[in-house]
Amino acid sequence: MSSTFFTASPHWRWLIVAYFFFGGLAAGSYFLATLLDLFGKDRRLVRLGYLVAFPVVCLCGLLLTADLGRPLRFWHMLVQSETFRPMLKTYSPMSSGAWALLGFGGCAFLSFVAVLVESGWFDWPALRRLSAPSPVGRVVTVIGTFLALYVAGYTGVLLAVSNRPIWADTTLLGVTFLISAVSTSAALLILLGGWGGVTGDSIHALERFDRAVLVLELLVIGALIVSLGRVAMVWLNGWGVLLVAMVLGGIAFPLVIGARPSVRGSLAPVLVLAGGLVLRAVIIFSSDGLR
Amino acid sequence: MAEPMGFFTDTTVCIGCKACEVACKEWNQLPAANGGVRTLSGDSYDNTRQLDGIHWRHVKFIEQFSADRRQGRWLMMSDVCKHCVHAGCLEVCPTGAIVRTEFDTVDIQSDACNGCRDCIGACPFGVIDINPVSGTAQKCTLCYDRLKGGLEPACAKACPTQSINFGTIVDLKKLAQARLGTLQRAGETRASLYGADEHMLGGLNSFYLLVDRPEVYGLPTDPKIPSRNLKPSAIWSVFGSVALTLMAMVSFRNRGTRDV
Ligand code: SF4
Repeated sequence: MSSTFFTASPHWRWLIVAYFFFGGLAAGSYFLATLLDLFGKDRRLVRLGYLVAFPVVCLCGLLLTADLGRPLRFWHMLVQSETFRPMLKTYSPMSSGAWALLGFGGCAFLSFVAVLVESGWFDWPALRRLSAPSPVGRVVTVIGTFLALYVAGYTGVLLAVSNRPIWADTTLLGVTFLISAVSTSAALLILLGGWGGVTGDSIHALERFDRAVLVLELLVIGALIVSLGRVAMVWLNGWGVLLVAMVLGGIAFPLVIGARPSVRGSLAPVLVLAGGLVLRAVIIFSSDGLR
Repeated sequence: MAEPMGFFTDTTVCIGCKACEVACKEWNQLPAANGGVRTLSGDSYDNTRQLDGIHWRHVKFIEQFSADRRQGRWLMMSDVCKHCVHAGCLEVCPTGAIVRTEFDTVDIQSDACNGCRDCIGACPFGVIDINPVSGTAQKCTLCYDRLKGGLEPACAKACPTQSINFGTIVDLKKLAQARLGTLQRAGETRASLYGADEHMLGGLNSFYLLVDRPEVYGLPTDPKIPSRNLKPSAIWSVFGSVALTLMAMVSFRNRGTRDV
């Protein structure tokens, strides 16, 4: 038996599932916005990505704080409570992740303000330099994108750096969550972009990209199950059924209908988003149930 | 630093009286009910079931009986935090609340802990949980306060059979080897020490004498340190990041019109 079956559950439940999901969306939207900005030509999706990222990362901070046994001590993650020196352990994903989230939140805020200025919501000449084509804006978005990738992936690494069943029995959870963060974020931008009237070339490019990412996600989830070896047997229950449903409904089906222009619409992106949520719920709860 | 201190628990002389559990609860003022939830099993002599935030000592009762119940034995074991030399809980703790003390024991400082619960899943033995009174993660402190005052831990003091031995690690190891030799000479060939050498997490400063496989006692044969997964997980994630970036570059190249 894997040594992970002798351990206790940290009782991470819906708040953490929600954090993993929304953290992925904030990070993925930011990542996509930057790459669309650097390599694409349509600024509407770029602005949308940055507009989404900041409010969602704020929500993430609230979810994480609410989950603590002592919420008012959330700052102990960043500052040592007795010496007031910075608190960072590079080898603890939760510690480095807290800093990454803070840094990402800062970049997301600056990019958010830049979009507001760019769209003419308010104008303060000094802030115009935050917009991406300017060097300052560029530096912010590139740093923010590195941090976004960190935020999208560290959650899975955090689960692996434990001794819990499933989580610590594979080293592929980080990359799985990372890819899922990007596939769900692309779905979100497709959905919101569609509602916002963005059409044509750029949405189609995003749809094609999302399908490619979904194929990658399918492969990585397959590899994840293989890497679990005998431990994967714990999924011979309702959680396994849900995982299969997620793969079929949240990846395979959107791939099939997405490939046909005639049936394109909101359904595929909504399913991809739901799949991302279910994936995280299955990973968290199927381990939580095992003392 | 003072000399490394710890426990050697000789399970063969445990009589299951639970004096250690009671002494621990009294000294550390641990509540009986888990935040109002009654958790007593009520179906076994093992009525507290597990180590957690309000049970820092736990006496396990393992029944080994043949089907006709003619042959049988009880295995009893007073379980506790192992005060690992390479401690998973200490490694992951993001607030620095978990520290190694001058006695080479592992302690959670309750006023720094914010209840993130990372340590609970990181401990290879399932020792830690939230104490509902403080809202923070708690476990055996090896009676740090008593040690500071020159006293031995409450459980060891209360143990009437010397199943729980407290002392310096050097002395305890000698004691354990002598006891192991005695048992083996007497024909108890199943006797073995668990965690007494550096192979297991650098050594457990709370180690055991067992007379069956570790799994029978609910102990993992090869407990591991959480950070074993850090590097490979990080490398896969970097590969993933590069792949996603390249895919995005190819997909978005010159797409869209620069009109709006
Ligand atoms: S047994 Fe668990 S709680 Fe005790 S020191 Fe080792 S890892 Fe920490």
